[in-house]
Amino acid sequence: MTSPPVIELEQLTVRLGNREILKGLTGQLKARTIGLLGPNGAGKSTLIQTLLGFIQPTSGTARILGHDIRSERSAVHGLVGYMPENDSFISHMSAVGFVRYMAELSGLPAEAALERAHEALFYVGLGEARYRKLGDYSLGMKQMAKLAQAIVHGPKLVILDEPTNGLDPAARVRMVKLIQEMRDSGSVNLVLCSHLLKDVEETCEEVLILKGGRLVHVSNLAEERRMNKRFLELETQGSRNGFLDAAREIGCECADLGNGRVKLVLGDGVEVKEIYRLAGERDLQLRRLSHRRDSLEDIFLRAMENND
Amino acid sequence: MAVYKRTYKSFTGILTPEWSRLLVIPRYAWASLFQQRFLTILYVLCFFYPLGAALVIYLNSNLDFLRQYIPIRQGGLLQIDGMFFFTFTGVQATLAFILTAFIGPGLMSPDLMHNALPLYFCRPLTRTQYIAGKMLVLTGLLSAITWVPGLLLFLLQASLAPVEWFKTNYWIAGSIVGGFLLWIVLISLMALALSAWVRWKVIAGALMLVVLFVGAGLSQMIKEVMRSDWGQYLDIVSNMTRVWMQMYGVQAEHPLSLEESVMALAAFSALFLLLISQKVKPFEVVRG
Repeated sequence: MTSPPVIELEQLTVRLGNREILKGLTGQLKARTIGLLGPNGAGKSTLIQTLLGFIQPTSGTARILGHDIRSERSAVHGLVGYMPENDSFISHMSAVGFVRYMAELSGLPAEAALERAHEALFYVGLGEARYRKLGDYSLGMKQMAKLAQAIVHGPKLVILDEPTNGLDPAARVRMVKLIQEMRDSGSVNLVLCSHLLKDVEETCEEVLILKGGRLVHVSNLAEERRMNKRFLELETQGSRNGFLDAAREIGCECADLGNGRVKLVLGDGVEVKEIYRLAGERDLQLRRLSHRRDSLEDIFLRAMENND
Repeated sequence: MAVYKRTYKSFTGILTPEWSRLLVIPRYAWASLFQQRFLTILYVLCFFYPLGAALVIYLNSNLDFLRQYIPIRQGGLLQIDGMFFFTFTGVQATLAFILTAFIGPGLMSPDLMHNALPLYFCRPLTRTQYIAGKMLVLTGLLSAITWVPGLLLFLLQASLAPVEWFKTNYWIAGSIVGGFLLWIVLISLMALALSAWVRWKVIAGALMLVVLFVGAGLSQMIKEVMRSDWGQYLDIVSNMTRVWMQMYGVQAEHPLSLEESVMALAAFSALFLLLISQKVKPFEVVRG
């Protein structure tokens, strides 16, 4: 049996007051880690809040791990852990008390909740500070406490809204590492909403880009990276005619750009060393060979430009 | 998982039933409240009057013992009837209000102050359950100093007095429970509403007193200036007293009818509920 998509959007429309914030979003996201990108006001936070059932869709619906957000809200909440963007805590509680409280509200029995609260706080690096009041925590520690409460009940999907907000570089690296570890554990799906492309690039396998409430691009980053590896740009010296024909014969797509420059897409099963061999056999000098480096920033900017 | 095995792990144990999760809220709130010495002392003081009343009921049923020391008229020390429990209700309701003014404002404001509501509502917990959980904090505490001791006093009297007393006064038990529960629900809603709207605990507590006294003051002012009784609708205590009078069969003058007082209290409750529901949301829409 195939597992359902992590997030499935079906003509999801949200209107707040007179403004349409999300405009008929449709798509499926299946990767273990999903990045949610978009400029300010694109509707990222509204989408998260709609998925969490905080906002009722005006029309359409969405499913999280196969559960409809409209009709199976309780089931959805049972599967999800949420780390909000802004400060969210109860200042007079100790971290361990707070995380345990949240675990119990998620349905964990009291003893298990206490045990997991300790574990979660150690996991996020707050083990030594877990008896301190949350109100006394630094911004970075509060972020980690928010992450601890989001994962304490062992959800199937963790939604992280700007998790690296306000963190210093060292804390940011720690947060990204934690997200990568969770991803690699294989037992949780992650949705990461961030305006920091670097964070998304380092952690996510799939990205969804929103602009003006519309879904403008869904991209599988792993697939893009694989594709990039097959896309070569060459600078050559000498006659290229025989070389281009030979490359086509082994299944590559080629384009001669003039001035010795060649663009080339490797065919299935063709390795770069084959290109070196073909050039060597024809005494063609390869002055430069580079893979296309289509960063997430390129993908993002292209999505923005294409939808202006 | 041992602490040294730091890795992400799903929870595979059995979850608690969904209905029981709202009980987590009062459990944590009570634990936190009883860490405060002042509130613990205040709470203990609230039991003094019921203990005194129990002593009076006991002595009233053992007059021969008392007559050895003090002269007592033939009718007995005092009559244990609707009026006795009406007075008991008045005293304990006042104490309940004072306790609520100290406890109530701290129930929701810490959640609202630091935006903790999304953390509640992203879990299998609805807004209604959240509000009910917060209400339970107060209803649980206040029940223990109001209708529970009231009912115990009633049972004490019923066990000590001749059976005819019970046959004549059995309805008082319902009045005790019903009368106190109405008051508890009303002041709990008031406390939560103020707690939701005023984030400073001290000010919210003071506002509770203001709501009570300003209502009474306005009512009196309207009466003096306009020679009208409609200002009585604003006086929560007066309306509640009117309902208690009916419940305990106390005959006394009151400008409003029972129906009018019930309507006024219902309107106050609805207003408080509306105020709570306006604030208890996982997020606020900023309309530009």
